[in-house]
Amino acid sequence: MSHDHEHGHHHHHDDDDDVQEHREHGAPLSEVELRVRALESLLVDKGLVEPAALDALIDTYETKVGPRNGAKIVARAWVDPAFKQRLLQDGTSAVAEHGFVGRQSEKLVVVENTPAVHNMVVCTLCSCYPWAVLGLPPVWYKSAPYRSRAVIDPRGVLGELGVRVPAETEVRVWDSTAEIRYMVLPERPAGTERMTEAQLAELVTRDAMIGVARVPASAGASR
Amino acid sequence: MNGGHDLGGMHGFGPVEIERDEPVFHHEWERRAFAITLAAGFLGKWNIDQSRFAREQMPPAEYLATTYYEHWLFGLEKLLQDHDLVSRDEVAARLLGPGGAVRPVAGARMLKVDEVEPALRRSRASKADEDVAPRYRVGDRVVTRNINPLGHTRLPRYARSKRGVVALDHGVWVFPDTAGNGLGRKPQHCYGVRFEARELWGDAATSRDAIYIDLWDDHLEPA
Repeated sequence: MSHDHEHGHHHHHDDDDDVQEHREHGAPLSEVELRVRALESLLVDKGLVEPAALDALIDTYETKVGPRNGAKIVARAWVDPAFKQRLLQDGTSAVAEHGFVGRQSEKLVVVENTPAVHNMVVCTLCSCYPWAVLGLPPVWYKSAPYRSRAVIDPRGVLGELGVRVPAETEVRVWDSTAEIRYMVLPERPAGTERMTEAQLAELVTRDAMIGVARVPASAGASR
Repeated sequence: MNGGHDLGGMHGFGPVEIERDEPVFHHEWERRAFAITLAAGFLGKWNIDQSRFAREQMPPAEYLATTYYEHWLFGLEKLLQDHDLVSRDEVAARLLGPGGAVRPVAGARMLKVDEVEPALRRSRASKADEDVAPRYRVGDRVVTRNINPLGHTRLPRYARSKRGVVALDHGVWVFPDTAGNGLGRKPQHCYGVRFEARELWGDAATSRDAIYIDLWDDHLEPA
């Protein structure tokens, strides 16, 4: 997609297949892998964690809860002015109408991007993020470059990510230092007037709901 | 504490790099570290503020050189040691090989697989039900306290002794600066406080932009 910024370096994490391959070739596990394995086995032996519960926790956040939740909320707000009003007044209750509740989302505040105000969300102290609507945060959100720069140079960060904010637009950065979680309601792109709610939801990206991307006018964006 | 976690405003970490089509987890050990941390949290032995404080105590040089789930692992090991659930010696012994006697833990209430979904849904750890009067109203001018505690605080370094305006009253919440240090809940109002970018960063910042930070009554004084 043309809207995707050009700099997007790929991280070269070795994935699980690589790990599997290392094991098959008899290479030792890394120190951190060994520590996690030792700790998990101790916790199981002591009756402090149940293996099936661990699998259920992983499955929840790997396959069930993710940014598609938030995208449905955004699309609904774009087509339903009454819902949008409820969402901006009381985000927690409005997303609960869709069944999106729970951990890391005790109170949700939704902030609206307009031509006058551009909102973006960060957690400088750790990694606070609205799990119920966006799932677990991506690595860049939890990493030092974003956490350090989002508050001191938001326009620089946005510019690098391909979002040019006009000088007359106010940038608001929300540093999530409490249990209140923030989600951005991005601007609906022009040219989408004939789209259905489901088609609109397909357009909405995770990064647009964090406030570091705009929503493209056609689907296919990877973030 | 003025630890390696308090990153807002630091320079030198380089650009924000967004990974396209990023998986939720990059390694199997990250899945397991995530799950055992969440499951151990449901034992109810510590609160979310104490779990954040445990991660913050990773030495700064180590914090900045390691990844997100390594911070989690450090915090979990520390909490398990501090609460006498898993000792350092037990981890060391388990690293040498499987099996071996483990010291049982009396009275632990382990999260079971069929409790995972309801436990995540009703997760509501920090909102307080107490009826506590707010010290400030929306629109009030405030100045943040200049504090540098050795313990846990959610007032970031970059926002100490800064003037702002109360923008949102989030209601009554547990105070992390006491709860995270094992000193009780001390419920009080939490506010979204607006700081002009120039108040935080000086005249080089744009006059239009602002940072919103969630802070509690005890972080603020009238301005």
